[in-house]
Amino acid sequence: MAKSVMGRRAFLATTSAAGAMVLVAGGNLVIGGNGAWAMSTKALTGDEAAMLVRMARATYPHAMLDDSIYGKVIHGLDEKASADPALLRSLQEGAAALKEKKFETLDAAGQEAVLKDIEGSAPFQTVRGECVVGIYNNPDVWKVLGYEGPSAELGGYINRGFDDIDWLQDA
Amino acid sequence: MAAKFELNDDSVVVVIGSGAGGGTLSNELAQKGVKVVLLEAGGRHEIEDFSNDEWGMFSQISWLDKRTTSGSWRVAKDFSGLPAWIVKAVGGSTVHWAGASLRFQEHEFRVKSAYGDIAGANLLDWPISLAEMEPYYDRAEDKMGVTGTHGIPRLPGNNNFRVLAAGAKKLGYKDFHTGNMAINSQPRDGRGACQQIGFCFQGCKSGAKWSTLYTEIPKGETTGNMEVRPSSQALQIQHNDSGKVTGVLYADKDGNQHVQKARVVAVAGNSIESPRLLLNSASAKFPDGLANSSGQVGRNYMRHMTGSVYAIFDKPVHMHRGTTMAGIIKDEAENKPERGFVGGYEMETLSLGVPFMAAFLDPGAWGRDFSSAMEGYANMAGMWLVGEDMPQEKNAITLHATEKDQYGLPVPNVHFDDHPNDIAMREHAYKQGSAVYEAVGAVQTFRTPPYPSTHNLGTNRMSGKASDGVVNKHGQTHDIANLFISDGSQFTTGAAENPTLTIVALAIRQADYIADKMGKNEI
Repeated sequence: MAKSVMGRRAFLATTSAAGAMVLVAGGNLVIGGNGAWAMSTKALTGDEAAMLVRMARATYPHAMLDDSIYGKVIHGLDEKASADPALLRSLQEGAAALKEKKFETLDAAGQEAVLKDIEGSAPFQTVRGECVVGIYNNPDVWKVLGYEGPSAELGGYINRGFDDIDWLQDA
Repeated sequence: MAAKFELNDDSVVVVIGSGAGGGTLSNELAQKGVKVVLLEAGGRHEIEDFSNDEWGMFSQISWLDKRTTSGSWRVAKDFSGLPAWIVKAVGGSTVHWAGASLRFQEHEFRVKSAYGDIAGANLLDWPISLAEMEPYYDRAEDKMGVTGTHGIPRLPGNNNFRVLAAGAKKLGYKDFHTGNMAINSQPRDGRGACQQIGFCFQGCKSGAKWSTLYTEIPKGETTGNMEVRPSSQALQIQHNDSGKVTGVLYADKDGNQHVQKARVVAVAGNSIESPRLLLNSASAKFPDGLANSSGQVGRNYMRHMTGSVYAIFDKPVHMHRGTTMAGIIKDEAENKPERGFVGGYEMETLSLGVPFMAAFLDPGAWGRDFSSAMEGYANMAGMWLVGEDMPQEKNAITLHATEKDQYGLPVPNVHFDDHPNDIAMREHAYKQGSAVYEAVGAVQTFRTPPYPSTHNLGTNRMSGKASDGVVNKHGQTHDIANLFISDGSQFTTGAAENPTLTIVALAIRQADYIADKMGKNEI
């Protein structure tokens, strides 16, 4: 991972009102989570990737999830785009459209409204499609949502609470 | 030991498909000394190959070959290339099925008489009755180890069931319990008891759930009368000048094509592939496809009225823990036309993991409302609604005019329009399902639209008269004496119940008939 080339002041300046703490440093680097997470890009510029990370978060907004969760999905898309010029162009167009709307400055409602306008577009549907699998098939997300994942290796739930509900009056 | 038969051995019965129908039929025939070659399009994945991974198993075992959709059903919009969610593997859809094993109700074998004429519905009475089916239901339940039958205790209720049951009781429903499940509640038939793992749809890791993969198929192989050929896609059923079928052209895993000669051919490829194979087998003698003098091959496609209700509570449920579908409310299953529709529906517990919930809760949805719902996952309970849908002649599997598969054969198009009766029933079921959860404090309920079809029925239907359907009461095609249909495509109508038990019972019955007719040299 490359080092951040931005200072704290610059970082704070790029933190959006929607709470998506994404910033860009250098040509192909995205840093988020107060510097706790970073990714480098192959095909997209850092700016474009950062915009798509914001788009991913606004599409499936979960305050409790780190940027890294969304970043991982965009990182995967960037990887695909590096071998697929048509996909790359589409993603670039998507990022450009959001940039024009100053997406990073909008609050959550404003961001959702912008996305609603481009809901039918190929870039949005590509990012959404990747996200709905990439985010919700991530074991780190399962933990946050209270889903326990594979259980066979642990002997199932026969002795681990398959019927432990305790708040029903009469069941 | 598993047998090995020569391609030119024309004394064998060739069974196409190894699921509930084909897997059962093959074993039953093998037990009687009949030689069977079982062709299965998918690979052989044993229990050790299963994982508790929704998308991983989906990729590994689903039938993902190209299909197209048309019609006004929502599946055509949400999952345009995936009309059906079925399995391409040895064991067929018994690998991923939930295990619900319900008998039809008496009137469901004679719905044209019971319901009268329904505009737009191509209703017909089955040529068999519940009374005739009862001995075979008995044998099927015993074979599969169905809970609540043959002295087998029901499964214990998990959290999702306990919420359903509490709501049902509050609402005044009377007939609810953990169901009749082909899942061992205690060790039986060499398989252990359910460990409440969850992931019933991903292949049962403990083997407690009945699947032909590790029951019928190895039992049949042990007789020395049965050979399973995995990764063998049937392409065409061949016939001679007299109109008898003579063998099956199939492609092996490397794409090499072979013809297996046959004395009898039984088709059990599920309700999309079975009619497709008959249509793709058209010849100069049978220009409209095999066994299609009635014009009904591929028609009357049914997929059950379905939908789901998920509800969020203010405290944890953890519905993912334990058996996926061991919970049922049966009070709405009767035919009570005063509700505004004919036929009935079952409410059955259902849970999805987070990966599938994201994909299916409200397909295509995004934004804050959707994310909030997902954040309620741990506090969620869920049920599946499954009811009788109306057969309609226009709902059909047809050959696509231009799209071809990897073998150069036309892909199937699946056309479905909901009948007004289906829509009225779904609306009622959504309302009642939501009421069950609201009765015990649900803070939010969701009406989840149908998943890609898991119950595919009716496209080679059974009829008393040759002009009304494709097969007779034994699943034997009206037109060709040595060609049989052995899957849910022979259903005349769909009933409210999950179809597998009836498919298995019909396969047992058909095996008796085929063995008898072969013994008498009548086929």
